[in-house]
Amino acid sequence: MAHGPSENFFSRWLFSTNHKDIGTLYLWFSFAMFLLGGAFAMVIRAELFQPGMQLIKPEFFNQMTTMHGLVMVFGAIMPAFVGLANWMIPMMIGAPDMALPRMNNLSFWILPFAFAILVSTLFMEGGGPNFGWTFYAPLSTTYAPDTVNYFIFGVHIMGASSIMGSINIIATVMNMRAPGMTYMKMPLFVWTWVITAFLLVAVMPVLAGAVTMMLMDINFGTSFFDAAGGGDPVLFQHVFWFFGHPEVYIIILPAFGVVSQIIPTFSRKPLFGYSSMVYATASIAFLSFIVWAHHMFTVGMPIAGELYFMYATMLIAVPTGVKVFNWVTTMYKGALTFETPMLFSIAFVILFTFGGFTGMMLSIAAADTQYHDTYFVVAHFHYVMVAGAVFSGTAAVYYWLPKWCGRMYDETMGKLQFWIAFIAFNITFMPQHFLGLAGMPRRYSDYGLQFADWNMVSSIGAFMYGGAQLLFLYNVIRTIGWGKPIDDPQVWEGAEGLEWTLPTPAPFHTFSTPPIVK
Amino acid sequence: MNNSITHRSVVIKSLFGVVVMFMFAIFVLPPLYDLFCEITGIGGKTGDVYTATEITVDTSREVEVQFIATNNATMPWDFYPVEHKVMVHPGESKEIVFYARNRTGADMVGQAIPNVLPNNAADYFLKTECFCFNNQPLAAGEEADLAVVFIIDPDLPASVNTVTLSYTIFDITDRVPMQVSQVQ
Repeated sequence: MAHGPSENFFSRWLFSTNHKDIGTLYLWFSFAMFLLGGAFAMVIRAELFQPGMQLIKPEFFNQMTTMHGLVMVFGAIMPAFVGLANWMIPMMIGAPDMALPRMNNLSFWILPFAFAILVSTLFMEGGGPNFGWTFYAPLSTTYAPDTVNYFIFGVHIMGASSIMGSINIIATVMNMRAPGMTYMKMPLFVWTWVITAFLLVAVMPVLAGAVTMMLMDINFGTSFFDAAGGGDPVLFQHVFWFFGHPEVYIIILPAFGVVSQIIPTFSRKPLFGYSSMVYATASIAFLSFIVWAHHMFTVGMPIAGELYFMYATMLIAVPTGVKVFNWVTTMYKGALTFETPMLFSIAFVILFTFGGFTGMMLSIAAADTQYHDTYFVVAHFHYVMVAGAVFSGTAAVYYWLPKWCGRMYDETMGKLQFWIAFIAFNITFMPQHFLGLAGMPRRYSDYGLQFADWNMVSSIGAFMYGGAQLLFLYNVIRTIGWGKPIDDPQVWEGAEGLEWTLPTPAPFHTFSTPPIVK
Repeated sequence: MNNSITHRSVVIKSLFGVVVMFMFAIFVLPPLYDLFCEITGIGGKTGDVYTATEITVDTSREVEVQFIATNNATMPWDFYPVEHKVMVHPGESKEIVFYARNRTGADMVGQAIPNVLPNNAADYFLKTECFCFNNQPLAAGEEADLAVVFIIDPDLPASVNTVTLSYTIFDITDRVPMQVSQVQ
């Protein structure tokens, strides 16, 4: 290779245009945000351990739920998958780097500033955002703390970062595939990310529009969402969920891609129904644009609207079901082994399906009137966000870490982490279904005595789950520093794809000459 | 390099998409939403000033119209309808009065926002005169009778026998400081 990374620590990481270094930065940043958002969750669960006010004030509790959601969605999950995309997409399609390396550097380095701005509000007079991560107007406009402007600015920067990252991915995949790498030969992780990137380009500007309208309402006397001036607060919900529903698929589609890489490897069989997976992903992406109002069944929609959004939502179960059956069929009669990435992937398939079913329950407009804004919703989206996105992200790190750093992680510790995480996750969120069905509303710092037992169980599970993440951190650091060195390019016996033809650990520059794909 | 030219095309197209979606969110979605509400009548928004024309009064039918007044958030005015309900024949012009008093020691400006239930009646509730068409400046301690003149369109769906007109009054003093000085 011509040259390696800069010797100077600061110039290597601050000025890097290398896709692997930037991928690494994204992954570490997202893990730091994951621990921060997790710390907020621990505060929430500690307060809810017993009924009554124990540790914090209700105002601070509201800031914790809001910041937990914002940090986890925009700071932990999304950057984690952008980091994986940076590392893996060039290696999977035989490209030397991302298409636009300098923009890549910029799109990462504005993120820490966005979150510094957002988190700094917690230390300001009036406190941080306290209106829930969905920041419904007028809570986030008329009644918001003054720091809401910092929140708006932070969201704008995050949006800019995501848009640049996704344009980069689109340009890379469209222009830089190795000769012979047709679209229908691309690994599924690349496919899901391209579709995700298109979703991001389409909806992040809508989010930027929503917060801009908030900014105008708060500071410049417009009345987009203010009934006093002829505006309508319900409009905010429509605009927000027009962004928000595609957003949940932005989070989960790359997770689908990761699992579609891992399950064939440890089943030692090619992925069942590759082309149907591609079409299912595209269908989910399309449907995500036309179902947003199922988050708003209780705002007072005409019955025709409720019926339309209900049936359209249920339709999403069809392509999603195609995917689940394809994963299961890939495993069927395969020579299965259960290394840590595979365990996380299987848990993903099971628990994500579970979360999908509760989603079906919520899609029934008549029933949703009861479930709306209860812990049932909280349980539902944590099954798809945590057991979906976070489990698959963890699986991805265990799966590709040996390729990245040339050292093997500790399998026993990985499995231990998996079982603690799996059990603790279910202890945390399974009881929240019962709490929600019994009528416990979300986003309150206190609850009726009848909810006490399951809340205590849920809190105990949450603390265990938090502990499992520290084990994960330790295992990753231990692997990078002191793991058993390996040099087999293949790493995993059944792994297929261009990234496994490269030496282990992956050199700083790869595919300077494009490989020929047959 | 050839590469950078092809990237430029992708980037420009994507950025174009980004700008279009941003404009869509700010300049298309809100008017589209208002249009949708106007067509379907959801949101209970009533129309602008109605110019009375010759409508035959349908004396065979009587509709109960109820009035509700609500103060938004911390709005401190006294604000209520003088009559809580009236019976009208569709097509008949009727005047009713809301009473408002600024019981604070400061000059204020209020704005009333109307809403009609049920949703499918909103399009048939015609107002020839309404205090909600303008903002209402009231000096400290001042009181006022605010009039609404309305006609129920005879095409009102037969299933509707009761129409509720509600006003929420908002404090908009901060937005229109000039109006207060006009009061004095």
